[in-house]
Amino acid sequence: MNLNFDSQQLAFRDELRAFLRDHLPADIRTRMRDGDHSHIREDISDWQKILHRQGWGAPAWPKEFGGPGWSKPQQYIFDVECALADAPEQLAFGLKMVGPVIMRYGNAEQQQRFLPRIVAADDWWCQGYSEPGSGSDLASLRTRAERAGNDYIVNGQKVWNTLGQFANWIFCLVRTGNGGKPQQGISFLLIDMRTPGVKVQPTRLLDGGFEVNEIWFENVRVPMGNLIGEENRGWTYAKFLLGHERSNVAGIGAIKRELLRLKQIAARTQGETASLLHDPIFATRIAQVEIELRALEIISLRAMFEAERNSAPGPEASILKTRGTEIRQRISELQIDALGEAALTIAPRIDDDTPRAMLDYLNLRKLSIFGGSNEIQRNIIAQRILGL
Amino acid sequence: MDFSYTDEQQMLLDTARRFVGERYPFEYRQRVRDSAEGWSRETWLRLADLGLLALNVPESEGGLGAGPIETMLVCNALGEGLLLEPYVGSAVVATSVIAELGSPHQRQRWLPHLASGEVVALLAHDEPDSGDDFARVQTRARREGEHWRLDGRKSQVYHAPAANLLLVSARTEDDVLAVFAVPTNVPGVHLAAQKTVDDQCAANVHLDGAQVEADARLGADAQGALRNALDAGLAALCADAFGAMDKAFATTVDYCRSRTQFGAPIGTFQSLQHRMADMLMRLEEARAMSYLAASACSHSDLAERRAALAAAKALMGQCARHIGQQAIQLHGGMGMTDELAISHYFKRLIAFEFRNGSTDQHLRDYRKQLRAA
Repeated sequence: MNLNFDSQQLAFRDELRAFLRDHLPADIRTRMRDGDHSHIREDISDWQKILHRQGWGAPAWPKEFGGPGWSKPQQYIFDVECALADAPEQLAFGLKMVGPVIMRYGNAEQQQRFLPRIVAADDWWCQGYSEPGSGSDLASLRTRAERAGNDYIVNGQKVWNTLGQFANWIFCLVRTGNGGKPQQGISFLLIDMRTPGVKVQPTRLLDGGFEVNEIWFENVRVPMGNLIGEENRGWTYAKFLLGHERSNVAGIGAIKRELLRLKQIAARTQGETASLLHDPIFATRIAQVEIELRALEIISLRAMFEAERNSAPGPEASILKTRGTEIRQRISELQIDALGEAALTIAPRIDDDTPRAMLDYLNLRKLSIFGGSNEIQRNIIAQRILGL
Repeated sequence: MDFSYTDEQQMLLDTARRFVGERYPFEYRQRVRDSAEGWSRETWLRLADLGLLALNVPESEGGLGAGPIETMLVCNALGEGLLLEPYVGSAVVATSVIAELGSPHQRQRWLPHLASGEVVALLAHDEPDSGDDFARVQTRARREGEHWRLDGRKSQVYHAPAANLLLVSARTEDDVLAVFAVPTNVPGVHLAAQKTVDDQCAANVHLDGAQVEADARLGADAQGALRNALDAGLAALCADAFGAMDKAFATTVDYCRSRTQFGAPIGTFQSLQHRMADMLMRLEEARAMSYLAASACSHSDLAERRAALAAAKALMGQCARHIGQQAIQLHGGMGMTDELAISHYFKRLIAFEFRNGSTDQHLRDYRKQLRAA
């Protein structure tokens, strides 16, 4: 057993660091570091195009679909290095969600039509899963697609569509059949958001930002050619997708970046007798979370190692999601705790971390709610890992 | 020992609650929050009409001369409604400072106007370098003929943009801690407005040769009165936060009763029930500490009072974080939206944790007075 990366992997990491230093535009890096989302659409899109030119647009995709053919450890190193460098996070909805579904269950025409445009940032995808009455209980969804000739007519409402205000495509779970278990009768449909009858309304969140949307479908005509796989088999595809969404769900890179930032804040904040980084009480809290991160990183690497041998990610992803979000939220708490009273001010901007730390604290409450709440993850752990 | 309220106290609580229910529903608050001023003068005058701004004005100046328990009850109700108006700052802290320090003339000059709502006064005391020592004030006051000249900086004065009068603490040339009544329209007073996480306004106050008349100085040595007023304010802030916690908790339980997933109200799921049980325990701790804070205000022993207030703020800060976070979590995605009141309770509570000394600062204060016997 060896917990360390080998020399080739370390060389790969150095190559990435050099690339990030030379090719990540300074203004994008600064905006990401400051939590400035005023140009988020361009920043994500521009960065994706830079990666694409390098042949790295789809780090987890196989070569035949335009990926670099990296091993899982390479993908992991890529994720960590990009996060540490304050690069914009690549849009998961195309690359990590609908893309793998199209590769696995889409037909050749769909693969040729959609996959290259995802890597090249020509299309912006969003996810149409949750509905007002269907969150944790996703299978109770009610958006309907009725056959009409060679089309479906879609009616219903989706919520929490992250960055959907910029999207031109949405992949949706829709109800096409009745009877049986609620999971049966769900289909996986790709919808062009410029189709008449699609309405997008951004949702204002507690941090004042507009990160998610509500989307309404009123008699939206969708060609049957946009159906993925078979009608009424959408739940199977959705479960496959959730597995992919969670394959790097621990978010180790972002956690490392924020821990580093916490230590920087603590180092420059005066405590009772020394800086908070050397304050016995506060430093102990940082030490605690850093130790938890070390454990999570090893759990994460081991899950990756197993996944490479056994293909599909298993329910272990729930452990990574739960612990990763808990640790990230804890670091966010410690950042505002370190700032103390200064954390109260959210405008105007005072320095690199005020008010970013507080706005992050508000925004990151989402981590334990979305992508299957941490309560749902614990249900999965109890049922699928423990068999209870 | 007696945990009951007098009839008068109960009436006061009912009055304040009725006001919040009828005049300050969440939709109204959202409009106030989105307005240019960020607070409502209309509401302020209504509070005056109800006599609530006169609560801490002595009877000699036409006020109610009430005590910390009455203040606690009113602040409970106002916290339940997440009031954006500067009640604690003006009607508790600033009013107490003038009532305790002011000459009969000064009291007569300011207190009736505070009670009527015409004057909003705020104590500008904390400074960028104050640290843990409340008496560490670097703002200077120099006598120049018939005037006082003030120079210094005050940090993060909550609600300052709403004030027309600032009570500025400063050290005189003989190094006495003094307080001056400084109208905000005096030349040399500059406010740099800030927005705080709980959608309130604050400001850093710069005093560059601000000139006020000789009679602007309130009393002589202000240290004791400042301590009393800040402590009264801390207890009132705790009461406000308790009101917010109480309401956030009740709202969360209601939500879990009504939100259905998997064919049942989510409140029937055991894991969520345990969370709400934990929240209730934290809420009861917070209530207990809010009582302690209010009753500590009447302690004559300063060390005992300080310890009680530090204990209250430290533990209530932790309760606030727990209840706020759980309230959002149990609301799911809806808890993240600006549209639902619960995210605003969450933000009020996170602000409470850091206002008037953070949880860590108060824990430190409490720790410093631990003795083996």
